[in-house]
Amino acid sequence: MIYHITDNEAAAVALKDIPEVDYAALYNDLKERLQDERYHVAHYFATPDGTRLKFYLILLDDSEHKVMLSSFVMEYYEDVALPSLTALHPALHPFEREITELYNVEFDSMPWNKPLRFPFNRRNRNSTMDNYPFYTIEGESLHEVNVGPIHAGIIEPGAFRFVCNGENVLHLEIALGYQHRGSESEFTLTTNRLRQTLLAEGIAGDSAVSHATAYASSIEKLCGCSIGALAIERTIALELERMAMHIADTGALSMDVAYQLGQVACEALRTMTINTTQAWCGNRFGKGLIRPCGTNKPLPHEKIAMIRTNVAEIRRRYNEVIEDIKSSPSLLARFEQCGIVPKAEMQRIGGVGMAARSSGVKRDIRSSHPYAAYASHIKHESIVKQHGDVMSRLMTRCREVLQSADYIEQLLSTYAPSEIARPNYDATLTAEALAFSLVEGWRGEICHVAITNKQGEIATYKIKDPSLHNWLALAIAVRGEGISDFPICNKSFNLSYCGHDL
Amino acid sequence: MVGIALNTLLMIVVAIAIPGVINRTRATLAGRKGLPFVQHLRNARLLLRKGSVYSTTTTALFRIVPAVYLGAAIVAMLFMPVADLYPLISFEGDVICFAYTLALARVAIILAAMDTGSSFEGMGAAREALYGALIEPALMIGFATLAMFCGYTSFADIFAHEQSFNAQITIVMFLIAYLFITIAFVESGRVPVDDPRTHLELTMIHEVMCLDYSGIDMGMIHIAGWLKTACFSMIAANAIAATCCFHWWLAAPLAILLTGLSIGFVESTQARNKLVRNTTFIVTISALAALIFFIGYLLQSDINI
Repeated sequence: MIYHITDNEAAAVALKDIPEVDYAALYNDLKERLQDERYHVAHYFATPDGTRLKFYLILLDDSEHKVMLSSFVMEYYEDVALPSLTALHPALHPFEREITELYNVEFDSMPWNKPLRFPFNRRNRNSTMDNYPFYTIEGESLHEVNVGPIHAGIIEPGAFRFVCNGENVLHLEIALGYQHRGSESEFTLTTNRLRQTLLAEGIAGDSAVSHATAYASSIEKLCGCSIGALAIERTIALELERMAMHIADTGALSMDVAYQLGQVACEALRTMTINTTQAWCGNRFGKGLIRPCGTNKPLPHEKIAMIRTNVAEIRRRYNEVIEDIKSSPSLLARFEQCGIVPKAEMQRIGGVGMAARSSGVKRDIRSSHPYAAYASHIKHESIVKQHGDVMSRLMTRCREVLQSADYIEQLLSTYAPSEIARPNYDATLTAEALAFSLVEGWRGEICHVAITNKQGEIATYKIKDPSLHNWLALAIAVRGEGISDFPICNKSFNLSYCGHDL
Repeated sequence: MVGIALNTLLMIVVAIAIPGVINRTRATLAGRKGLPFVQHLRNARLLLRKGSVYSTTTTALFRIVPAVYLGAAIVAMLFMPVADLYPLISFEGDVICFAYTLALARVAIILAAMDTGSSFEGMGAAREALYGALIEPALMIGFATLAMFCGYTSFADIFAHEQSFNAQITIVMFLIAYLFITIAFVESGRVPVDDPRTHLELTMIHEVMCLDYSGIDMGMIHIAGWLKTACFSMIAANAIAATCCFHWWLAAPLAILLTGLSIGFVESTQARNKLVRNTTFIVTISALAALIFFIGYLLQSDINI
């Protein structure tokens, strides 16, 4: 047995139940397995364990709805190069890069072992942002354009290095890490679970609900508490967040091509959506709403009515915007055939979430590893587009907004508020166990992993935001495009800097 | 003398009013309260009162360009008659002088952009040079059509001698007006060719060349832009006024509204071109100019079709 098999709804797994295998066995198994579209790696990380370095790998089986856990160990200072999986399956590159950066573990024939995010506790302190090894191409007719790290707009920092032939982009390399705050280690530095919840909400501000849900459910798995009807309220919060962000991005895409009507209409609708969340929980981004084992903001009757009216109105007006966009030739000329990521490429680099679904790769935790109300009340059908261009990504967003509105209506029309528990920050956690939670945020798959020590405290907390995978998809999308189309390609993904940098 | 002063004054008013009309149109169509009509003047006043910051990589060339740019735009403006009024400068062949005064401004700003050594500004300069070269045939053929029709090569004479109410002239004049409004879109860097409001350097054309300018220099470049737009707008307004009622009190408001409303409307309802499609867009304007020239030629030579 190489794997311990479980699913996204099961309780935490005792560490002793996770098989400790030989790396060679795992390597040989993954080499074959990852060729199949149904498998992908949700997380793969190392953590110090006494004098050893213990590696955990979480593999998802999309068609059987299973989660497979495995682990292997090596001595902390062991000087041996592991054969690289990235060389065979580039999708694993962020994980291997992180392991190398933190623990100096060598991966043999790893093709792209560059620093990932320059964490404070990186092994090689000489590796800094100033000497990031950018890929270069020499040539008389080529020029380099550097954008960032200070961004012209008010978004986050990241360095983008383009190698261009005239207006055409030959290569784009994205160097991130400027937003690193040490989020993962902060979780282990405090045992105050309210503080940890706030940290989770701050991992990526635009996915506050998704990350808080991922944190809360991993804690709930560790303390074995069941949340009952709260699952429905969480699902509504998640779908409201998805609606707000997709609508905002529709507006941002319109703005980038100077289409004013789409921009102002979407800005107004986005405000209406986040104000609905605010009317529910007091914060426009849903901060304060998700708490472990309960909530301070249960949904009363009058708020249910308010959410239903608002969502119906947003859905109606947003539908008009979609019709406008689809019937405007000047917009279609900008969005179609632009920034294409073909399915095979998306598959190879391990894209997740709506970006992957827009390229025909059906990765959706809501259907592959259902949780909360997706497991009980909703039979989720993912929206999949085939072209992989900016238009596909926009249309995926458009249809997901309508779908989310329908889900909210479906859940709320039959929802009767009952007594919902208050948050519990003091429940005892299972000692020496691993709990993971998979949540489909609006960008894609979010994976949180908590490992407890003998005292039942969180010893290791690992976070994965979908942006970690999808930044590479953006670099692929702009290859061969005009450099002036980079902004709309970027906006069509709208990836998180701080979610990547942690 | 009073006529010349009034002419110059009206040109300034047109130049100031057009950006205001564009902003109001955009705000109205977006259902927003929008900027006050004179906000661009306040911004310019603020800029003009500020000093400039210069990058250490730039040379003296970079510093004199805003003055050259504004100077060229002012001179170009002085060639332009407002319908029946007389411009300050007018001589035989001033249409060519007008075109190359503006070309001088373009060359100056391209050189300044290259002078900064920034990769963004180099891209902007390359784009501006390409589009400038492509729009020039349209401009020249447009002037040629006007000159062919009346036998004069000075703006003041062309329009003063072209008042007539016959159908042939009306057709050509309206086409000419359309042509020059389209040229105004390109020359003033508006949607669908360029987007003056974008913050994305990679997509900019005109704005990216001015990234290193600040304070008073930036103010001068803005003002020069208004003047340029006013010149093209006034040619279009004169052409239309010539067909019905050739008076300054018609031509001046017409110049403001024609360009102001059409730019405002297009910017509210249309997306920008993909950059590579701009070339096609601008070449099409030149093709249109050639077509107008031939229509004008056929109509003038009274061919019985």
